[in-house]
Amino acid sequence: MRIESPEFLKDAAAKYNSVTPPPVEILVSMGTCGIAAGTGNVLKAIYDEISAKHLENSFGVREVGCMGLCYAEPVIMTIDHSTGKQTIYGKVTREQIPAILSGRAGETSECYVIPRNWYYPEFETPAEGEIQARIVLRNTGRMNPEKIEQYIANGGYSALGKAVTTMTPQEVIDTISASGLRGRGGGGFPTGRKWQFAADQKSDEKFIICNADEGDPGAFMDRAVLEGDPHSVLEAMAIGGYAIGAHTGVIYIRAEYPLAVKRLEIAIRQAEELGLLGKNIMGSGFDFNIQIKFGAGAFVCGEETALIHSIEGHRGEPTVKPPFPAVQGLWKKPSVVNNVETYACIAAIIRKGAEWFRTIGTEGAPGTKVFALAGKVAKVGLVEVPMGTTLRQIIYDIGAGIKNNRQFKAVQTGGPSGGCITKANLDLPIDYEALKAIGSMMGSGGMIVMDEDNCMVDIAKFFLEFTLDESCGKCTPCRIGNRRMYEMLEEITDGRGTVATLEKLKILSRTIKDTALCGLGQTSPNPVLSTMANFEDEYLAHVKEGRCPAGACSKLIHFQITDRCVGCGICLRNCPANCITGERRARHVIDQDKCVKCGACFNACKFHAVERV
Amino acid sequence: MMVNLKINDLPVSVEAGSTILEAASKLDIRIPTLCHFKMDCFQVEHRSGSCRVCVVEVKGRPNLAPACSTPVTEGMEVQTNSLRAINARRTILDLLLSDHPKDCLICPKNLNCSLQALAQEMGLHQLLYKGEQSTYNKDLSSKAIARDLDKCIMCRRCETACNVVQTVGVLSGIGRGFNAVVGTAGLKPLAETNCVFCGQCVQACPVGALSEIDYKYDVWRALNDSSKTVVVQTAPAVRVAIGECFDMQPGSISTGKMITALRMLGFDKVFDTDFAADLTIMEETTELIERVRKNENLPILTSCCPGWVKFLEHQFPDLLYMPSSAKSPQQMFGAIAKSYYAQKIGVKPEDLIVVSVMPCLSKKYEASREEFSNNGVPDVDIVISTRELADMIREAGIQFEDLEDGVYDSPLGESTGAAVIFGASGGVLEAALRTAADWISGEDLQEIDFTAVRGLQGIKEATVKVGGIELKAAICSGLGNVRKLLEKIQRGEANYHAIEVMACPGGCLNGGGQPYHHGDSSILKKRLDALYRDDAGMPIRKSHKNPSIIKLYDEFLGEPGSHFAHKLLHTSYVNRRDQ
Repeated sequence: MRIESPEFLKDAAAKYNSVTPPPVEILVSMGTCGIAAGTGNVLKAIYDEISAKHLENSFGVREVGCMGLCYAEPVIMTIDHSTGKQTIYGKVTREQIPAILSGRAGETSECYVIPRNWYYPEFETPAEGEIQARIVLRNTGRMNPEKIEQYIANGGYSALGKAVTTMTPQEVIDTISASGLRGRGGGGFPTGRKWQFAADQKSDEKFIICNADEGDPGAFMDRAVLEGDPHSVLEAMAIGGYAIGAHTGVIYIRAEYPLAVKRLEIAIRQAEELGLLGKNIMGSGFDFNIQIKFGAGAFVCGEETALIHSIEGHRGEPTVKPPFPAVQGLWKKPSVVNNVETYACIAAIIRKGAEWFRTIGTEGAPGTKVFALAGKVAKVGLVEVPMGTTLRQIIYDIGAGIKNNRQFKAVQTGGPSGGCITKANLDLPIDYEALKAIGSMMGSGGMIVMDEDNCMVDIAKFFLEFTLDESCGKCTPCRIGNRRMYEMLEEITDGRGTVATLEKLKILSRTIKDTALCGLGQTSPNPVLSTMANFEDEYLAHVKEGRCPAGACSKLIHFQITDRCVGCGICLRNCPANCITGERRARHVIDQDKCVKCGACFNACKFHAVERV
Repeated sequence: MMVNLKINDLPVSVEAGSTILEAASKLDIRIPTLCHFKMDCFQVEHRSGSCRVCVVEVKGRPNLAPACSTPVTEGMEVQTNSLRAINARRTILDLLLSDHPKDCLICPKNLNCSLQALAQEMGLHQLLYKGEQSTYNKDLSSKAIARDLDKCIMCRRCETACNVVQTVGVLSGIGRGFNAVVGTAGLKPLAETNCVFCGQCVQACPVGALSEIDYKYDVWRALNDSSKTVVVQTAPAVRVAIGECFDMQPGSISTGKMITALRMLGFDKVFDTDFAADLTIMEETTELIERVRKNENLPILTSCCPGWVKFLEHQFPDLLYMPSSAKSPQQMFGAIAKSYYAQKIGVKPEDLIVVSVMPCLSKKYEASREEFSNNGVPDVDIVISTRELADMIREAGIQFEDLEDGVYDSPLGESTGAAVIFGASGGVLEAALRTAADWISGEDLQEIDFTAVRGLQGIKEATVKVGGIELKAAICSGLGNVRKLLEKIQRGEANYHAIEVMACPGGCLNGGGQPYHHGDSSILKKRLDALYRDDAGMPIRKSHKNPSIIKLYDEFLGEPGSHFAHKLLHTSYVNRRDQ
């Protein structure tokens, strides 16, 4: 079958939708996170139960992408088509399957039922408590990413059809510009303007590139989209190609995302088979093809010029801009590089219009942002909220606050290039400018929550270590400067730092920001600068008092056993270094020379007799 | 289109597309640079903007801009010496030095180092940042180029020289972050790579990371060995460059002073590679005429340049039949010295030490090739560069600039104007044409200046009527240009009778062993002029008119191209692709 026109597409969608679904559909979260948590076993249990009890006519199973509920994986959702009732079950085990399938699970306490707290702005209005608005994730976790029919049934490729048959390329760009969509990869550059630059270039060849080299530690938004809804990216790239006059798209994806790669490959093949990619798309005369190019896992290749060099087969390192890729990009031709999440917004904007998009989010940053909420938060997962949502809403309302009843200390946004945000700014409505103003950045959307046990100097060191490993080493400030910064942070956490070290650190941080060649280098001091600004007292405690207030810097702490010790010997048995001695029922002693400061005794003692000093 | 901007409040107008650095130089405002490298005469520019030493403040721009790679825009306002820019530059230099050995006193680039000059220029006397320094094993595997990566500052100028200019492709950035360094594929020692030892990377390297393998002490030892007779040969391009090492004007012809200095150093005889260049012309021209007459194996390619020969052996093994089988002048000299001359003075070849002074680093490698030794006795024993000779002269306390002129010894010191121009791209071909024209026409022609083949352009073409034959020739220097030309020939898009090839852009005058030019094109132009000035001033300007050469054939070799001449003066080539 070949879809030869938008009408044909509409008919196909209607045909797919007219199929009567099974009475109850079971959606099983088969993203990388779900599979890792054991969804495969759950899926097998569901099939086993259906076949054992001959329930084929009552249940249908749909393997979907990530629903964003990482903390609760394995996750499944049942949709009862007779009532429209949707129920999400978390932490599902094989044993629970019979109860869930028999419909008894909801009544008993043995299953963990999760209320849905998101809505789909394209199709619904929000109900009470639905803070999340899913535009980017509109299909992720709902449809089978390996079945193009489901994407089409859900309105897929209609935006491409609309663009190539009823709009001029300039109208497409104008729509994207009017929507106010900004780059979701971190920079926040207006997408429409980027497309306009490339469209204005005269060239025999242009390229549309998708940056799927998601490399921030703790970020997994793009992976979820590619695994759960690859077609939305393909469709958007084709729309972008039409807008700027490109006939080739390249997806630069990290090779460490094998499932995403596999689903993209399937999606490309299916789209080509239906003529939704390839020659003369939907009878418009517009040709567009997409290739996949693997990244080798270098963080810096997320920088667009480095990414382009990598595609060309060169060492992945950035070059000075200008020239910008929109003028001179891949193979020296005008190229647009957009991030996965940016592309995932495009089709919705074309379908529903720029005005609709602007009703969500803030004036300066319309739309939504997907965050990978991680760290010490109770409910780790993928959240998509309108721009302008506060950190408190994300961390407390969606993330259910801090794990283990500890106190919130800070949240890091923007990955290794971002900064730490404190309690004082929890109620700040966040968008690109707001985060920048408080010394952090949007970045690609990693959001790492920290509690009182995290030492902020140590955190800064952690992020800097990442940058250190991932720097391409091209420019002096990033290659040597970051190394020196790291060494100074090490001095501080080892108790060798002085107030002068802090001063040097500050000067160097500013110089690196001011002089590094690419975005990676320019932002690498952010974690240091923001923790120094917000947690100066912690830095001072390290250098002036030789003390780590959070008790995280092992060189600055030691463990000792107080007279509360009853001599039970549990510490002695848990000590991996065999450095605790003591008679039964007598106070035990730690040999400080041998102690490796692992804290095993501290955690094991039931009498709080082990102190961390 | 012109763009108007202000630098340090001074208005300036420059061509659109110019950089801040170029605009500043128009105002005579100096902005320090380190990684930036430009050779106008070859249209080569390394503009990676990576060292960040040249950062300046641009009004309205959030961060500092690298002057070397930031294009000017209308109305731009630049401050090169704001406190912010000065602080940043100092910090960058501080960082570079924090990861650089401070052993300047014993560094081969001492007083020729851009980083050292920068530290002096910026008056940096105290370092703020200390920490781990990169350490690597020195690569002394080859006979020609030493790599000391502890000193690498990642300017990557060598990479542009190796990959863009020469298309040899041996050097490349490897590793990440602090461990990033310029290396070879698979970290192989240079001797095991496709490196042709042209030494353009050494010329480009602003610090001591790349230098020559030093053979000065071997020369001193030979000179002080009373059981040996030590003779020296000096290549054409050395005489027009060595003066630069003694603060003489570039383009000074210092042949006489150099001869005197060599005698003072203790060489028993001071000979000239130019003599062997004349000999090369005899053999090569014979081969050229024969191949043209038979119309086979054309074009004939010159074979005097060992870097080029190795490049061919690695990169174009299917074309190994093309180059002339004649040895290079250096090796012809060695072969004649250890046979003809040794017999003449009654010294055993193993007791005769031949030292070469070359503008080239690849000559060190060439002398070590197996085919250039006889019963384990190499034809050329030790090769030093122009720079090393200058060092020896300095070490010996000789006041070079005040020396009286000396003259070369006989018989291997006599030469013609045709030989001295071997030092410039186009010179070998011109010398061959002078002889070919006479031989084919049977006359003693007076029109011998083939100016079409002169100059620093990478590829030159000339059609010359020699006797009744119309010879189509090309001259090619810089291996990137060579690659382009050879690929054209492979595709059947170009036909020539003869092509002169030199690995280094501009020829030997820009060799890897020459005094450092630091990217100053005017120095090369002056060396070029000096070579042709020297030629014009010579009493004999055709190789076949060299009386010592005529005598050599009479007494020893017989005819050019004779069986004996072939045995002694010709060689063969090796397919190195599969090695």
